[in-house]
Parts: sequence; structure tokens; C-alpha cells
Amino acid sequence: MKLEMKDSPGQLVSALQPISEVGGNIIAVIHQRDLSSREDTLGVQIVLEIAESRLTDLVSMIKERGVNILRIGKDRLLYKQTVIMIGHLMHTDLSDTVDRIDCTGFAEVTALDLAMPAINEPSSARLTIKSVSKKDMDAALDILRDVAKTKKLLIIEPLEGELV
Amino acid sequence: MTVKVAVLGLGSVGKGVLEMIARKDLDIIVTGVADSKSGLIDPSGLDIDAVLTAKKTGRCGDTSISANEVVSRADYDVLVEVTPTDAGSGEPAHSYMKMAIERGKHIVTSNKGPISLHLKELKDLANEKGVLVRYEATVGGAIPIMHTLGNGLAGNKFVALYGVLNGTCNYILTRMAAEGLTYDQALAEARELGYAEADPTYDVKGIDAAIKLVILANTIWNNGASLDRVDITGIDRLTNDALRLAEEKDCTIRLIAEAFPERGVLRVSPRIIRKDHPLVFEGTLNAITLETDMAGEITLIGKGAGSIETASAIIGDILFISSHVRCN
Repeated sequence: MKLEMKDSPGQLVSALQPISEVGGNIIAVIHQRDLSSREDTLGVQIVLEIAESRLTDLVSMIKERGVNILRIGKDRLLYKQTVIMIGHLMHTDLSDTVDRIDCTGFAEVTALDLAMPAINEPSSARLTIKSVSKKDMDAALDILRDVAKTKKLLIIEPLEGELV
Repeated sequence: MTVKVAVLGLGSVGKGVLEMIARKDLDIIVTGVADSKSGLIDPSGLDIDAVLTAKKTGRCGDTSISANEVVSRADYDVLVEVTPTDAGSGEPAHSYMKMAIERGKHIVTSNKGPISLHLKELKDLANEKGVLVRYEATVGGAIPIMHTLGNGLAGNKFVALYGVLNGTCNYILTRMAAEGLTYDQALAEARELGYAEADPTYDVKGIDAAIKLVILANTIWNNGASLDRVDITGIDRLTNDALRLAEEKDCTIRLIAEAFPERGVLRVSPRIIRKDHPLVFEGTLNAITLETDMAGEITLIGKGAGSIETASAIIGDILFISSHVRCN
């Protein structure tokens, strides 16, 4: 989210404090003076993780402190992982394979690149999966592994602990 | 001090060991040799060049002397057991080793079968008899992984292990990525160059890498790992499209052996891996990355196969024994 606040001592701290009070996790604070903005205000971008249910509380707490919120951009799916699948992807209903991840509500297939050689040859696909948390990513990959087993697909995952 | 060895098995590894002992001034004499059909015993030391010349005709020595006799009768300090591997039973190598240990002889071997199946039994018996079992050459060819684990990194806790343990697979994947070859084309090329066996099943199905992973896991964690507990996926279903899709993300695919003891994970599988990762290199090399509590992360890379390279590991073990224990 992007915050606008007065350029006076202590302002940034008082804007950040409510985040920890509602159990949020600050990932990055980007702080730059925008020449076009009013002279006595300061623009700050904060990237944070927070439970969706606490967002309204957070916004009102920050506003109470006289900090102006310019924009809130929500990206629920912070974790990204790439896997490659090999097999008869079309014959085994690729859209069903993708749906099994999408229908979880906590993970989505956000990109799919497919290479199909000659008919009856196994095809290969690169899937980008995004999820809310690492735990959700693990759960999504478990689902994909199960699907692959029943559909006799080979799944190639990144080296453990590496986000690709 | 001179160390006396008996060499069982005169294939590529056995011949490499003999050649290096003959050519280099290592203070090692060979008092017995045997191949599958014949043997020779000489307590004062055999003429190695004569043995190697005789071997060119098929037999190294006297058909009336068996490997069994060399093990049980010859006068040696260290049995160098380099007969062909039987991954299913570990025999006859396992029996030869036990026989030699019972006689109070040290063992040096490149034989993955008996070490992956019977390491604990052999070590227990060796402890009882006050001798050593060394098997540097079973994993990673010339890479001194066992010396590193047992000596250089002694006292460290090993948190995880990753390895490229099969040079044939690494070669095939390298060629598929670099030239866009299909799996079958790359395998055919590996065969032509002598990197793959006529029957490449053990290599390409990941079994060879899994056996080496079992040996590493038992050496590090003594956790009773066995081949049937390794989750194994080979490279034989990979497509060149899959490698290209990985390349588009600045990654490639390698057959990686992994162990995470705290979660009980032992796995060999093709993985997507960043191209700048230390385990990504071309050709038939092998590598092992260890994650430790004190030393941090350490990666060893080297030649994973070859007659002289494997001889390097075997000779390193023989000389370790001669410098650390008194040979009779």
C-alpha cells in the first residue's frame, strides 16, 4: 500500500506501529521524496503481509494517526513456484489438472506454457503456481502430485528450498 | 612402511589400481590377485606388468587358484575388493570381505553392492577384529567424499545432502539442454562415447544414484537406509521440451540425489535447478553438497568414474590404512 504522511519526526514510526499491533508482517518500506508532491508531505510505500480480516482495522488505526493512505494494492498470492509436467497432458484433461489447483481457493495456476510435439508423443508444460503462503504452496503441490500419479504424469519440481 | 595388498577383480578398476601401483612409488606390493577364472599368490610380491600382460589374453594367472583361495590363503594386509557389483545380493564380494576381516585383514573396496546392503554388519565385524573397512571409491569416483566426511568435517552435524551422483545422467541432460537432443539421441551418444552401458537401466532409472545415496546416508547418519526406502524417479521420461521450458527461466534440469534426515527424506529425482547453482555443470562430473552446522555449505566436484580416477580413491584408502594402523 502507498501511504502519504506529514514530513515531521516520528511520523513513519507512528504509521508502522499499527501494523505490528494487528499482527501484520512488514516485508519492505520504500521511502522517497516525490518532487511533485506537496512540500510538507512524504510518500512511503509499505509492502506487508496481513490477514485480510484485519485490513479494515489497520486502515482506521493508521488514519487515526493522521496518516493519509493514498492507495492499497492487494496481492493475495505472494508465493510463486514453477513446476514442469511431462506426459499425455491433453488426453488427461489439462484444464481439469489446472482446476484442481485453482479450486482450492489458496493457490492458483497463473501461467502455463505448453509444448506439444507430434501426436501421441508426450507433451511438456511449465506451470507457474501462486499461493497465499508457503504452507498453501506445499498443499497445492501435494494435490498436483496426487493428480500426476493418477494421470501418470511426471512432475519435475525445483530443488527443495529454492524458489524458481 | 610397505603395505601388502591382494586385489580381487581385474576389470577396469582392478587394472587401473595395478597400473598405478606399478608405475608410482607408493610402497605398496601386491601379494595376490584373482579374476573370475584364475589367481596368483606370491608373498614376496607379484610382477605386476606380467600379471597385466597375462590378463590381456583373458586370465591373470593360474586356473587352479580361485579368488576364494587368494582371500583365505594369501599373505596380505589389505584386501582390495573390486569385483563387479551385484546390487541385489552383494555377492560374492560380501563373503570375500567377511572372510578377509575374520582373518584380521583390512578392506578397501569400490563395490557398491555389499557396502549399500551390509555396511553396518561389515563395520561391526571389522571393529571386533580391529581392522578398517574403507570404501571411498563407491561414491563419486575420485572425489574424496568419505575422507571429507570422516576426517575433514569430523564433528560437524550434517543437516542435508544434495548430489549429482551419476555422470551418465548428467551427460545426457547436458546434451539435451545444449543441443536440443531427444533423450534417445543423447543416450545413443553417451553409449558411443562409452559413458553409458549397453543396458543403461541402472543409470537412467536413478538406481545407481540411489545406491550411492544409501551409502552416503548410512555413512553420515548410520540410519539404516536401504534402496527400497529411496523415492526414485529416473530421467528416461524427460523431453527436450521440458529442458527448454526450464532454460527459459534461466534454469535447467539435473538428476539430484537428496537426503534430509530430520524428515526422513531420501530421494533421487530430476529437479529444476538454477543454472548458476554449484550442482549445475556439464558432462560426466559428479558433485556432492553438504549442509553442515559448523562448516556451512560445502560442495565437492570431480570425476565420478574412470579407471585411474577410481584407482585414486582406492589408493588413497590403502595409504590411509598404512599410515593410520600398523600393518603386519
